[in-house]
Formats: sequence, C-alpha cells, structure tokens
Amino acid sequence: MMVKPDRDLPNPGPRPAGEEDLLKRIWETPKGWRVLSAVNNTAVGTAYLGIAFLFFLMAGMLALVMRGQLAMPNSDLVSQDLYNQIFTVHGTTMMFLFAVPAIEALGVLLLPQMLAARDLPFPRLSAFAIWAYVIGGLVFFSTIFYDLAPKGGWFMYPPLTLTEYSPGNNADFWLLGIGFIEISAIAGAVEIVVGTLKTRPPGMTLAKMPIFAWSMLIFAGMIIFAFPAVILATMLLEIERSFGWPFFSADKGGDPLLWQHLFWFFGHPEVYIIFLPAAGLVSMIVPTIARHPLVGYNLIVVALIAAGFFSFGLWVHHMFTTGIPALSLGFFSAASMAVAIPSGIQVFSWIATIAAGRRSFRITTASLFVLGFLFIFTIGGLTGVLVALVPLDFQLHDSYFVVAHFHYVLVGGMVFPLFATFYYWLPMVSRNPLSERAGRWVFWLMFLGFNITFLPMHATGLLGMPRRVWTYPAGLGWESLNMISTIGAFVLGAGVLLFVIDLVRRFRPGEREDQNPWGAGTLEWLPADVYSTRSIPRVASREPLWDQPGLAKDVEAGRYYLPDAPTGGRETIVTTPVEAEPEYIIRMPGNGWAHVWAAVFTASSFLLLTVKLVVPALICAVLAIVSFIVWAWALDHGPAREPVEIGGGIRLATYRTGPSSHSWWAMIVLILVAASLYVAFVFSYLYLWVVSPEVWAPNGAPALPSLHWPAGAALLLIFGTGVIVLAKRLLPEPGRRNLGGACLLLLAAICLAAAGAVEIYGHWSSGLRPTLNAYGAMVYMASALNLQVALAVLIMAGFVVGRGFAGKLDRERRVTFDNTLMLLLYGAGQTLLGLILVHGFPRAVG
Amino acid sequence: MTRSPVRPHLVLAVAGIALAGCEGVQSALYASGVEAREIRLLFWVATGVCAAVLLLVMVIGTLALAGSTRVRAWLAREQLVIALGLILPVVVLSGLLTYALLVLQAGAARNASATDSSVTIVGKRWWWEVVYRDADGRSVVSANELRLPLGRPVSLRLVSDDVIHSFWAPNIAGKLDMIPGRVNRLTIQSDKLGVSRGQCAEYCGGPHALMAFHVVTLPDAEYQAWLAREASTARVPTTAAQRRGAALFIESGCGACHSIRGTEARGTIGPDLTHVGSRVSIGAATLPADAASFARWITDNQHIKPENLMPPFRHLAPEDLDALAAYLASLD
Repeated sequence: MMVKPDRDLPNPGPRPAGEEDLLKRIWETPKGWRVLSAVNNTAVGTAYLGIAFLFFLMAGMLALVMRGQLAMPNSDLVSQDLYNQIFTVHGTTMMFLFAVPAIEALGVLLLPQMLAARDLPFPRLSAFAIWAYVIGGLVFFSTIFYDLAPKGGWFMYPPLTLTEYSPGNNADFWLLGIGFIEISAIAGAVEIVVGTLKTRPPGMTLAKMPIFAWSMLIFAGMIIFAFPAVILATMLLEIERSFGWPFFSADKGGDPLLWQHLFWFFGHPEVYIIFLPAAGLVSMIVPTIARHPLVGYNLIVVALIAAGFFSFGLWVHHMFTTGIPALSLGFFSAASMAVAIPSGIQVFSWIATIAAGRRSFRITTASLFVLGFLFIFTIGGLTGVLVALVPLDFQLHDSYFVVAHFHYVLVGGMVFPLFATFYYWLPMVSRNPLSERAGRWVFWLMFLGFNITFLPMHATGLLGMPRRVWTYPAGLGWESLNMISTIGAFVLGAGVLLFVIDLVRRFRPGEREDQNPWGAGTLEWLPADVYSTRSIPRVASREPLWDQPGLAKDVEAGRYYLPDAPTGGRETIVTTPVEAEPEYIIRMPGNGWAHVWAAVFTASSFLLLTVKLVVPALICAVLAIVSFIVWAWALDHGPAREPVEIGGGIRLATYRTGPSSHSWWAMIVLILVAASLYVAFVFSYLYLWVVSPEVWAPNGAPALPSLHWPAGAALLLIFGTGVIVLAKRLLPEPGRRNLGGACLLLLAAICLAAAGAVEIYGHWSSGLRPTLNAYGAMVYMASALNLQVALAVLIMAGFVVGRGFAGKLDRERRVTFDNTLMLLLYGAGQTLLGLILVHGFPRAVG
Repeated sequence: MTRSPVRPHLVLAVAGIALAGCEGVQSALYASGVEAREIRLLFWVATGVCAAVLLLVMVIGTLALAGSTRVRAWLAREQLVIALGLILPVVVLSGLLTYALLVLQAGAARNASATDSSVTIVGKRWWWEVVYRDADGRSVVSANELRLPLGRPVSLRLVSDDVIHSFWAPNIAGKLDMIPGRVNRLTIQSDKLGVSRGQCAEYCGGPHALMAFHVVTLPDAEYQAWLAREASTARVPTTAAQRRGAALFIESGCGACHSIRGTEARGTIGPDLTHVGSRVSIGAATLPADAASFARWITDNQHIKPENLMPPFRHLAPEDLDALAAYLASLD
C-alpha cells in the first residue's frame, strides 16, 4: 500500500458542497421514541453510561440503608431477611450492573473518538448489549422491592444457594441478572478487541495507541478468558438448582469449592477488568493536565499487560481460609503480592508525569479526583498487601477489614477515576461543562465522606466484626466505629447527590463551543459531529494534537482520509492490526429495530424461564432467534462495488473475507470464549475427579459404554469435516446460484449435532443418569456444552442455506459461510476433545 | 458417677465478663492465643511498613505537585518509576512475604505435631455442636461454647453438614472454614484464662449474624474436672418447679430435637442441653443462660433470632414457662 509522507494532505482541495449534509443525514440519530433504534456509538454509549450510573445510584442507596441499620447495635431499622437481600443486591449491582457496564460504556463512547473512527465495527451489537442489559438489570434490581431478591451474597456460594437451603426463585434471579451481564460483556469484548485492533486511524501503530485503548484491549482480552469461568459456574448452579445434577453437593461427589474456584477464577480478574481501564483513563487525564506526555508509556503498557496476566494467577487468595494445603497458600500469596508491582509502576509514572509538567499541575475537579484516586487507591493497594499475607488473611478475611480494603480498591480504583472522567470528558458530549465551583464541593464531600466511612472499618474488622452481619450486639467495642462509618456514608452520599443535581442542571447533549477545552493531545478532542470526525487523520505520534499543528483544522476541512461517504452508507476505514495501514472500507449497519427485538425477546425468554413459564419462554427464544436472523440478513452485503478512493491515491475495497475481515476477527474472539468455557469445564471435570474419584466409572457409576459409541461419534465428526472441504468447492461463481455448498454445510452441522446425540445415547443406554452423582453430571455436561455449540451451528447453517436460496452466497460473498464453517470446525474439535476426555480418562486412570 | 464440685463462682465470673461487655472480647488485637499473638505481631510490622510506603508516596506526590522546578525535574524521569515502582516493591514485598511464610510454616508445624486432644466442631444453621473426647475416648456432646485447657495445644476438627460456615475466635487464632464433605484441622493454644467470643465468619444465610460462641479457658485441672462433669448425665431436678419443668420438657415434645442425657429426650437436631445451665450463653451467644432468658427464648426466639430452626412455643401457661425455664437453668 502506498503511503504518502505525513505533510502531504490526502485530500488537499476544497470539498464539494453538500458533502457534510450527506454525512449528517447518513449518521443521523433518529428523533423521538425512534431514538430506541439508534446505534451510533455516541448515542448508545451515553445511554449505556447513564444507565450504569443509575445502577450506581440505586445500589448506593441500598448501601445507605445498610449503614443506617448498622449505625447502632441491635437495630431494627430493616429486617434480617431484607438486609440479607440488600447486601446481596448491593454487591451484585455494583460489580455486575454498574462497574463492568460503565467501563464498556466508556469504551463504546470514547474509543471511536480516540481512534478517530466513525464508529466501532459492530454498532448493532453494542446496541443489543445495552438493551439486554437494561431489561435484565432493571428486572433483577426490582426484585428487592417485592421480596424476591437473592440473598446469598454477591458470590452466591453453594450449598447455601442450592434449592435445599435457598428455595424459591430468589437465587434464580441472581443467575438471570448475571446471565445478562455475561451476554453484554462478551458482546462488548468482541466489539472492543476488533475495534482497537482494526479501526485505528492510519499511522496509529500499536506503540502510538492511547493508553486507554490499550487498557480496553486488555480489558476485552481478560473478559474473553475470565467470563467463561463464571458463565460455566452459573450454568452448573442453575442446572443443579433446576434438575438436581450434583456438581456442588458433597454427598454425591460434588464439591462446594468447585464453585469457589470457578467463581474466583473469574472474580479476581474481574477486579482488574474494572480497574485497568480506569487506570487507563487516569493515564489519559494526567498528561493533559500536566501538559506533558506520559512518563514511562512503555512501562505502563507492560504494567497493564502484566497486571492482566498475573490477575489470573491469584484467585485462590479469596480461598485462603478454606483449608487448602500450605504449598498452594505460599504460591498464591506470592502471586498476590506480585500483582502489586504493576500498580506501583503506574502510580509512580503518574507522579513522574505530574512532576514533568512545564507549569505546575492545574487543580481542576477532574485533577482533584485523580489525586483523590491516587491516595485512596494507594491505601487500597497496601491493605491488599496485608490481606495477601496468608496468616494475616486468616484474621482479616471476611471481616470488615476486607470490606474496607475492597472499597478502597474499587471506589478508589474505579469510582474516583470515573468521576474524573465525568468532569474531564463531559465537554465532549455536552454543550455545557459541569460546574467547577460545585465540583469542588462534590470532590471534598465524596473524598472526606469516603474516608470517614471506610477508614474506621479497618479497625472494626480487626476488632472482630465479620462482614454480612445484619446486626451486632453492644459491648464489643464496635458501636462508635460503626456510627462514624454511617455518618461518613451520608457525607459521601451528599457529594454524589450534589453531582447529580449539577449534572441535571448542566448536561445538554450536543456540540460544545470550545472543541478542546483542556488543550489535550489525543484525537477525541478533534472537532466532531454525529459522523464523528469530518475526515480521518493520519497520525504520527501519541499526542497528534500537540505534535501535528493544524491537524484539527485540516481534519475539519475534510483534507484527510474518507471525508465523504463513497458507498452511500455508514462506513469507516479498517487498518492493519499492528501498523495501522489502511486495508479496506467497512460498511456498517445503521439504525434498526431487529437488534432491539432480539434483546427484548432474549431478556423475556430468560425472565420467563426464571419464573418457570417454560412454553412462553420457548416462544420468546424462537422470536429472539428470528430477530437475530432478520438482523444478520442485511449484514453480508457482498463486494458489489469497485474499490473506492479515500484520498491520497489510496483505493480500498469495500468487502473482505478471510483473516483481514472484521467478521473473521469477531468469530475468532467468540471461538476463544467458547474454548475458554470448555477449558473451564475440563478443569471442573478433573477437579471433581481429584476430590471424589470414588464416584467415577467403573466403580462408582455404571461402566462406560463400549468404545463403539465414541468411535461412531468420532466418525460422524470426521465425515462432517470431510463434507466441509467439498462444500467449499461447491460455492458458485458470483452471479450464479448453487445450493450445493450451503446444503453440504448444513449436512456437516447435522453430523456435529448427531455426534453429540450419539454420545448422549451411549451413556444413557449404559444406565448412567446425570443426577446419579458428580461423575454422571459431568459426563452429561460435556454433551450439553457440545450440543450448545451444535445448536448455534445448525441455526447458522440454516441461515447460510437461506442465503444460498436467495442468491446471496457465492465464492466472493461468503462471510456467513466462512463464519459458520469456523464455528463448525471448532465445535467438531471440542466434541472430539470431549470424547477423548469422557471415554479416555476413566479408562486411563481406572 | 461422682460429680465434681460445682463452681458457680466461675460460671458467674465468666458470664459477668462476657455480658457486662468488654472491648476486646472478640478482637484480633487482644490476642490470648499463640497463633493470634504471632499474627498480631505480623500485622503491626506489615502495617508499619505499609504506612512508611504510603508516606513515601505522599511525600513524592506532594513534591511532584508543588516542589521547586529543580526537584520536579529530578522526579520526572523513568528511573524514578523503575526505582520506586519496580525495585522498591520487589524488595519490600519479598521481605514481608518471607516473614509471613515463616509464620504460616509455624502454624502448619503446630498442626502437624498436635496429636493431643481433639475437639470436633460441627457448623450448623445457626449454632455450633462441640464434641469433646473424654479420658476414656468417649464423645462428650456440648454446644455453642468451646472450653480449652490453659497452655495446651488443642486440635480442632472443623466440619459442616449443611452449608459453609467459618470458625473464627479472633483472640485465639485466625479463621478456618467448615465445608460440607471436608474436614479442616486447626490447632489452637490459649494462653490466657477467661472468656473470649467468636463468631461465624462465612455468610451462611438467615441469622448468620447471630451465630456466635464463647471460648472459655480454664486451668488444666479445672478443665479436666469440667470435662468429666460435662460427660455425666444431667442433674436431677430438685425443686418442685424443676420437676414440673422436666416433665413439661418431655410433654411439649422438646426431646424431638434436643437431648438431655439421663432423660427420655434424645433429639439430635438442636443443641444438646444436658448441661446448658452451666454455659455462658444460649442461642449461640445471643442471650445469657439464666432462667429469664430461657423463658424469653422459648416463646420469642423467632424475634430474638429470626429464621432460626426452632419454632416458638407460645402456648405454655406462664407458670409452666417459668417451671421449664427453671429446669433448664438448673442443668449445670
């Protein structure tokens, strides 16, 4: 690809009249109630962030109720049962409905702007994620009002959460709420991985990428590997609750600790999933306010990657008191301390950047929140070192000390940076900035309130107060500490209230007068409209607005790439993942309703299942699938056009298949998620064998079916794979219609499903039942996971046949075919691995 | 069986300490056991180190914000990031980790060497069954109170047959979970006479907040005498009211859930009440073990401790209730 020298502008001439109006029309956000169909990242991202913040406020109010109850000993303000529901909903909402969605929302809102892309590559997917999340989240939260809320604590340990000890639907509502956040987190991860790797502006190599984009890329990567563990855990728990497959029941060979391993394998990275992007935000704000590039950019990138990586190696530190062997304790203690080092690097990088500023650090509300964050987060990190010391954790674990510790980490590490973000980036989406005068009050009320609330809790915990107690007796020395904490909580609440009042008074969506009020160096401060930037710049440094004079003007005058809409629709430039050289033009879907309906019906289906209305739930599931199909039908528009000129003599195709296509990348991400899920399953299978080898076949369960069964299933898989090779060859030339390839793909999908069915039938005829013991449950779970993939592949293959029937499938226009094929191959591999595990392992060890 | 002399003064003193309220009766900072003492030292050392680090960050941060141009220029270097963000933490954390692992190792060694006496504690919703072994190896079932001989290591077997609980007596040692299907061992050694308090530390639903217990440390000889008496059958009622209470206990069906050894009551669902009158508390450390509290508990336990598994008995006539309470309080 030809690259013009930086100083030559790609489109030096004046732009034709009416071009900007065309862009505005193409990217227009619908008015009135039709705004629900919008997919533009600014509209969706702002709504997403607003809803997440609403959950923050609601869960915060629950916290105030708890503090009211604990203000005095033997208090009767709320009942025991309600209190147990309140702390469960508070924790769950803050972690799952506020923190993760707020970060995703910031990604959706800020990333395209920072990358000067017109939008993220899958705008409807983001919109779908937010609708599923809004519906599921609100239903989950509202259960607190009619005594239906879960009351097992936010980590819902079985056996307490099994039907025997938690009858009723309360625990199922927790699983429902989590189900939605799992869906929207995975959707967000797909969007963000592909967005950061493929839609950067020309010239923005990975080494020039803003730190926030780095942190979001790591965030998405961590979601891919961490969330599947909790997805599996919630599946197992719901299956045990509904059908009695004993994964967690010790008397049938299950183990309650399996839940803890799976949950914390997700749960610890979750903390960094929340914190790393927030640290990324700080790494954006500090250089602007210091007016100096970040000192130690490379170190910070390494620190972010290291923290993300290490965070997967310390989940056991949530389980130090479960009685695991001293050797494991030592290992996980060391790992837990090691993860403090990347945070240390970041803290001192920010301090060095502050020192590097030519003038002294400007004190604005945003910078106050950054400084407040530094103080609070440092304390949280240091108390984290204390709880990582195993013997100390024996005392501190599950006491109020830990409550103090994780609020310092999470409120310090995420909420304070978020408020800094509000003050710093609001001018990007609102005509008015927030009031600086009120901002000082907001900051000091929140900062003092926070410390008054949580600093004494360290002492409360050391003095023996456990967490999750709805009341406590007088005379143990806890009264005044608790009273102080309660007062602090209301001061903190007053600060948040003042912020909300100011936000309501000042927030007016729209364009600001001053495009770059802080004099920042990154691309989100370029002049922008609904279509994002007028043209897409070529960047040569990490702070292009500082280093490339006249950039904002040239961008706004359309002198850079893609100042127009050559395909007549929404589009942006896709660049190579490392060097960011233009590759092709991605044509993106506009506003629509199908994804909204998909979200509504998915949510309804889950909800109806939760209250055990199975038939309506199935109807909604079918409607959801129909909506998905309608949504997806318009996506593969094919290479209908000649390559288009984006300026500077660069001509780009408007359609790609294979590894350079954004849809290929998305499918790879999805397959990684599925593979992580299956790895978590294999871990669970082997783990339960270690705990209860006595229930395994052939001694504790009916002998394995004869090898004919798995051999038959494997043959079906191999046959299916062979058929695919043929199917690829049968795709017609463009303009011709030939259903052979699509039908063979469908045949291969049927083989995959049939292999799964054969496997189940083999075990069933041996007399094994999933409810027999943990072994039986695991054997059938392997098939359940395989059939889940097979079902998706079947639906997709049917879709491909439909495409072929409509003449929308050929050798060139084949993204739907390729994606189905990739998932099919993955499914075959996973099923084969399952056969080896389920039939080979007991024979090998038996 | 000969009964060792009753020690009402001790029981009273014990109850007095526990119930008059005493700061530090349930506190990791008022250590009265070997492990708790070691952890407390580790805590103060590690906290001191962390406080020094916090101070360093704040001083450097303040200099970066408001120092002279020369100081700020000196701080604005990657070497600062590497020295303070990378090297310093590695050194400090390695030191702390080594110290902590030594403490951990000492605890593990105590666990390994302890063969002395063993007490099984079963976490229940929402109380503690405590099973001692007497000199002849027989099980002695008690509840909601752990008695320890001064200065002798005792090995606890911690189990649960419903949900996960966690045994935490912070004055004596750190906590350890009670997990269905598993047996966890904790060796503790109390080195101070008197009473401290502990509490379930793993949320176990319902009245988790009211699942507490007392730890009573006695001189070794007294402990042996107490254990012998605890192994004996219940005291025979002596007054008319107590006799009436004993009959009512059986008539009202209390024996379906509770045992009073030496009577027909052989239930195993609720706490063993053979010597309940000698305990510091009832209801898993929610009320003192006196007659008035027994009466309150029997009629009003769902208000005192909501969702606990004992139904309230409100149908008893006032004089019957008093008789029953008098009988239970007499079971020392």
